[in-house]
This record gives sequence, structure tokens and C-alpha cells, in this order.
Amino acid sequence: MDHPSTYKPNTGVEKWLDERLPIVRMGADFMEFPTPKNLNYWWTFGAILVVCLVIQIITGVVLAMHYTPHTDFAFASVEKIMRDVNYGWLLRYVHANGASMFFLAVFIHMMRGMYYGSYKAPREMSWILGVVIFLLMMATAFMGYVLPWGQMSYWGATVITNLFSAIPVVGDSIRTLLWGGFSVDNPTLNRFFSLHYLLPFAIFGVVGLHIWAFHTTGNNNPTGVNVKNVKKDTVPFHPYFTVKDGFAIVVFLILFGVFVFFNPNALGHADNYIEADPLVTPASIVPEWYFLPFYAILRAITFDLGPISSKLGGVIAMFSSILVLFVLPWLDTSKVRSMRYRPVARLWFFLFIVACIFLGWLGGKPAEGVYVVMAQIGTAYYFGFFLIILPLLGIMETTKPLPRSIAEAVLKQPKPEPTGMSGSGAAVPAE
Amino acid sequence: MTISRKLFAIIFAALAGVSLPATHAVAAGGKAKELKHGEWSFSGPFGQYDQDALQRGYQVYETICSSCHGLEFMYFRNLGQKDGPFYLDKCPAGIPDSVDCSNPNDNPVVKAIAENYKFQITDGPDEFGDMFQRTALPSDPIPGPFPNEQIARLANNGAYPPNLSLITKARHHGVDYVYSLLSGYEEPPSTVEIPVGQYYNPYYPGDMTQYLKPEYLDEEGHVREGVKVPLGGVFAMASPLADGIVEYADGTPMTVEQYAADVTHFLAWAAEPKMEARKSLGFVTLIYLVILAGLLYWSYRRIWAETPH
Repeated sequence: MDHPSTYKPNTGVEKWLDERLPIVRMGADFMEFPTPKNLNYWWTFGAILVVCLVIQIITGVVLAMHYTPHTDFAFASVEKIMRDVNYGWLLRYVHANGASMFFLAVFIHMMRGMYYGSYKAPREMSWILGVVIFLLMMATAFMGYVLPWGQMSYWGATVITNLFSAIPVVGDSIRTLLWGGFSVDNPTLNRFFSLHYLLPFAIFGVVGLHIWAFHTTGNNNPTGVNVKNVKKDTVPFHPYFTVKDGFAIVVFLILFGVFVFFNPNALGHADNYIEADPLVTPASIVPEWYFLPFYAILRAITFDLGPISSKLGGVIAMFSSILVLFVLPWLDTSKVRSMRYRPVARLWFFLFIVACIFLGWLGGKPAEGVYVVMAQIGTAYYFGFFLIILPLLGIMETTKPLPRSIAEAVLKQPKPEPTGMSGSGAAVPAE
Repeated sequence: MTISRKLFAIIFAALAGVSLPATHAVAAGGKAKELKHGEWSFSGPFGQYDQDALQRGYQVYETICSSCHGLEFMYFRNLGQKDGPFYLDKCPAGIPDSVDCSNPNDNPVVKAIAENYKFQITDGPDEFGDMFQRTALPSDPIPGPFPNEQIARLANNGAYPPNLSLITKARHHGVDYVYSLLSGYEEPPSTVEIPVGQYYNPYYPGDMTQYLKPEYLDEEGHVREGVKVPLGGVFAMASPLADGIVEYADGTPMTVEQYAADVTHFLAWAAEPKMEARKSLGFVTLIYLVILAGLLYWSYRRIWAETPH
């Protein structure tokens, strides 16, 4: 949303700089950005994610000063960090748990986007860039988990890189390229370390584009109704949302701290405290919790489909489960953005969340017997939601009437003093 | 709308229905006995290590475990660092004032342990190009019993005794697991036949089906109706502890149960030597964050007070 710049350079230095590089103006305009006043706490996860990224980069850069990317020394260097580097235990536990917190926040952020229809026109680019960030995050997290060179690192890397060999014609070559040889070994560890260091900066760049995109269109909001009157419908980002995001960030950090300081290994796997051994396969190879739903989809395809082997089918299904998000803006045919006004869609959406959690639970179970059938049902619903339910709902459903404006929606809510622009009406934080 | 409602109901019912048998699906395969839960001074958010238990646990490790198991990544100096088994605030009588015993390298107990350790350090090469043996210093890594995996396997009936410095983190519920395993050896049930050089333990994760005597199996090798497969598994370590095997100087009961608890305490410290620093920093951090959250919430209320949203 273009808004007139209100920045006035006061000093001579500022004027001089403003005519040459208006960087202070850019920052000031960012802070003044008109933001819908009805954004609720689900909207704070964008800022929380920026904090997560910065924490990961800072702790990661310092960890890299002490880490040795070599199969003979990687595991020992991580133990050195834990035992001998000053506050090394803190750096590593923050970084390891930070990955989990990052994914927790990104899942909530994506679900918020889906519930409130934030991907719909004109915000398709924000959504698509978000999916790009999510893909980069997954690649970064996967390669990061390999670096400590524990048993799960090694065997997880072996399972996932082997998937690429299912691709017809070029699969084996891709796998050899990923490995840098003929099995997961030192060259693999080296290139994974290099890319694990590179990709977060790529994420940082795409985050810039992501923010640029929704600063061009303006934020969506819980009603999904466009801003009609900037004065009535919006407030400046600062101080209104700096303080609200700031509060949410600190609450999130409390959760983060509980894990880091009091249960730092709860989200990890015991086998990763055993050094990688190519001759000993762990009883069960499971990825980190945030990959489990996708892992369940991968393993749900146990049947050949014509020329497509079950292995290739699983790989296609797993990648499709993310690629389908790219076309979500065109699969959802409803003109109404927010599911607040789509009671039927809301039920299907909650079932979609249930299916995702269900798939996540199945990803940690052995791929046998009844679990496979359940994973197939979950996978069918996952894709059915995007490919059948959302396109049809937009045509078939009856939606509730939309409020005329954000200001009207805000004032209509039952509040102690529903008429007042002043008084204690704002005492209840947004839902 | 009605069609989609119906579809919704069908899928929901399918999901709910199929998830029911899930709880019963885990029963197959080998199972270990439910772990004993020790009383650990270091569990919970306020938990701390008990230095006496750490010292006794180290004694058990050095006397018994270290014959087969190493403590990789650990140095003698670790034993004298803050929160470690032999950390000293100030020097015992008879040591000159100029010595700082809180420095692990000058800690007289740690120096003595390193000097008298049962294995020496291989150092070198010297000026003639030869490797040589020397007594350990606090700055040396705690030497393991075997120079390489091959010798370790040769000496242990083909098994490789795992490194113990991370064992309580490298097993699920590692603390209770190590404690249960060490104190839980029992005679194998009469229904099984254990091969020579292997030992039964009800807490070891394994599958006892393969050790059932032939009379409990049918022609196809399946377990006969009504025969219970014993819990646990077999592995290459005989019960390492026996009552009275380690001499405690402080009057603590010299039982297998006590030895197991003490050495587990020591190994938990070995795996997480910074736990106390972590928890105390955690408290300061959380208190700070809670206060900050309160201030920010109050600011939020103030700033938004005039704005319905």
C-alpha cells in the first residue's frame, strides 16, 4: 500500500543523505506503514519468524567458528562446543531448539495465511515467496541436522538423498552430485556445511522480497476486507504493532527458553548422541518432528502406479505436498478471503489441520500395517483439501455477509463501550 | 453446502474409525521391562548434582566400568571443574596459598587421579622418533581401555563396549535406562536358552523369541499358544556389579542398587556437565523475560487504549 512519506529530514546531514541515499526515509516510511488496526495475535508470527531467523544466523555463525566439517572430527567438535567452548552449550542448544521453534512459528504463520485467505489476490506474490522461504528452510534444516554427524544425521541423510535416485534418467547422477561420491561421506558433509551456511542468507533475501510484496499490497486482516479508509481502518506500524509484536515475541521467547534451559534434548533424538556409523543402521530412522507429516506422505505411497514405482510415487507425493502450495491462490475459487465468513470452509480447514497433525504422528510410526492405510487416508485428505474441496467450496458454499469496512467490523464487536472511540473498549486484546 | 457437509462427515468418520486400532498395533515384537525410576537429585527444573554421589559414581566407573568402557571427549581436568565430582572451592590444608585449587589443573585430587590412573597416556614421538608411555596429567584426555575398536571387539566376544560419556543422552530415558540395566540383571527364565558369552537382562531392548527352547516352538518355528516370551534381551555384558565390590569410604551401603545409582549419577553429569549452569542461567533469563513481557503488555494496553481494534 503506497502511502505518502511523512519523513522530514531535520538536520543538514539528514538532508544531504536524503538527496543521495534516502535510507533513513525508507526506515521511517517502514515504521509509518499503515497497518490494519484489527490484526490479531496470529499476525505476530511474521515478526517472530524474523527473530527466529536472526537468532539462527547469529548462533550459527558463532558455532561455525568452532565446528569442524569432517567425518572424523565433526561429532567430537560438537562435543568440544558443548564441553569446552564458553557458553558453547547455550549456543548449540539455542541453535538446535531454534530450528524447532522456527518451524513451529512458520507452521502457525502458514495456517494463519490459509485461514484468513492471505494468499488471495492481490497477495499471491507474498504467498509464493513465503512458500519459497519454507522450501529453503526445509533444505537448510535438513542439512543442518546432518552436521553433528550422529547416527540420525548420517542415516537421515542417506534416506533422503537416496530419494533422488527415484527420478527417472537423471536420478542417479543427482544423487552422486549430492553425495560428492558414491555414498554419504566426507564430501557430502562438506557440501552440506557450505550450503547450510549459505542458504540462511538466501532466506534473508527472500524475506526482504516477501515483506516488500505485502508492503505493496498492504496487509491482509482478519476480516479479509480491503482497507477503505486509511485513517479509519489503519494505524501506523509504530508504535502500535512494534509493541504488540514485541509482546508476542517475548512470550514466544519464554517458550523457547523453557526448551533451551530446562529440556534441551526433548525435541531431538537419542540416537544422534551416537557418532555416525555406516555399518550400524538404527532401529528406526525418523526425521525431526517438523518433517514428519511430509515423511508420512512419502511413505504412504506403497503401490506402483503404471510406470511410476512406489518409491518414485512417494517422492512425487512428498514434493507435490509443498509444490501444491504454489498454486493455492488459484485453487481456492472463493472471492471471500477470511474463513470467518466461510463457515463450511472453516470446518474443512480445521479437518485439514487435524490431518496434518495426524500425518505428523504417523511419520514417527513404523511404515507397516494399519499405519500405512492411515497415512494413505491422511495423504488423500491433504491433497483432496487443495485439489477438490477448495475449488468446489468457492462455487458451492454460502458465505456470511462481510462487514463494509475494517472500522465497522471493529466497532461491531461486543465491547464494554461499543460506541466509543475512547474509553476501555480496547482493553480486550484482539482475539 | 449439504453435499460438502456430508463429505466432511464421511471423511471425519473414516479418520476417527481407522485411528482406533492404532493403540493395539504396537504389541508385536520384543519388549523390555518398564524402566525403574530412580530418585535423582538432578531431575526437575531445580535439580542439582549431588557431589558425594558423583564422587562415589566416579569411583565405581574407575574401578569397574573403565576396564571395558571409555569416557571419550572427557579430560581429567573435567573432574575438577565447577559442578564436577572433585571440584574444590579452596585448597585442603597443607597446600601453599599461591595455589588456586578451583583451577582443575591445580586440583590435588584431580592430579592424583590422573597420575595413578590405570591406563597411561601414549605420547610422542620423542627425539628418537618413538612413541612412549607416560603418566597422565589433568590436561590429558581420560584414556580408554582399548587402543582401537578391533582390539576392543577381540577382548569382548565380538561386542564393542560403547563410549559412556554420552550414554545417558544416547538412549531413550537414558538415566533410568542405565540405572535399571545395571541393577536389573536376573537369572534368565527357564523357557529360554542363552548362548555362551551372552547375558540376559529384562531391561535390555531385544527380542527373546529367538532364544526360546525348541519345545516352546511349533513345527514352523512360531511361539506355541500360551507361551509367554520373556521381556528384555541378551547382550555381551555380564552383570558388572556385585554387593561389596567397590569399597566406599563414607559409609554408604555397598550394594548393587547403590553402585548402580551412583555410577548413573556420575554418567549423567558426564553427559551434561553444564547442566547446573544451564538451569541457573535459565531462571535468570525466564524471570527477565516474564518481567519484560509484563512491561510490554502494559505498554501495549496504554498505546492501544484509545483505539478499538
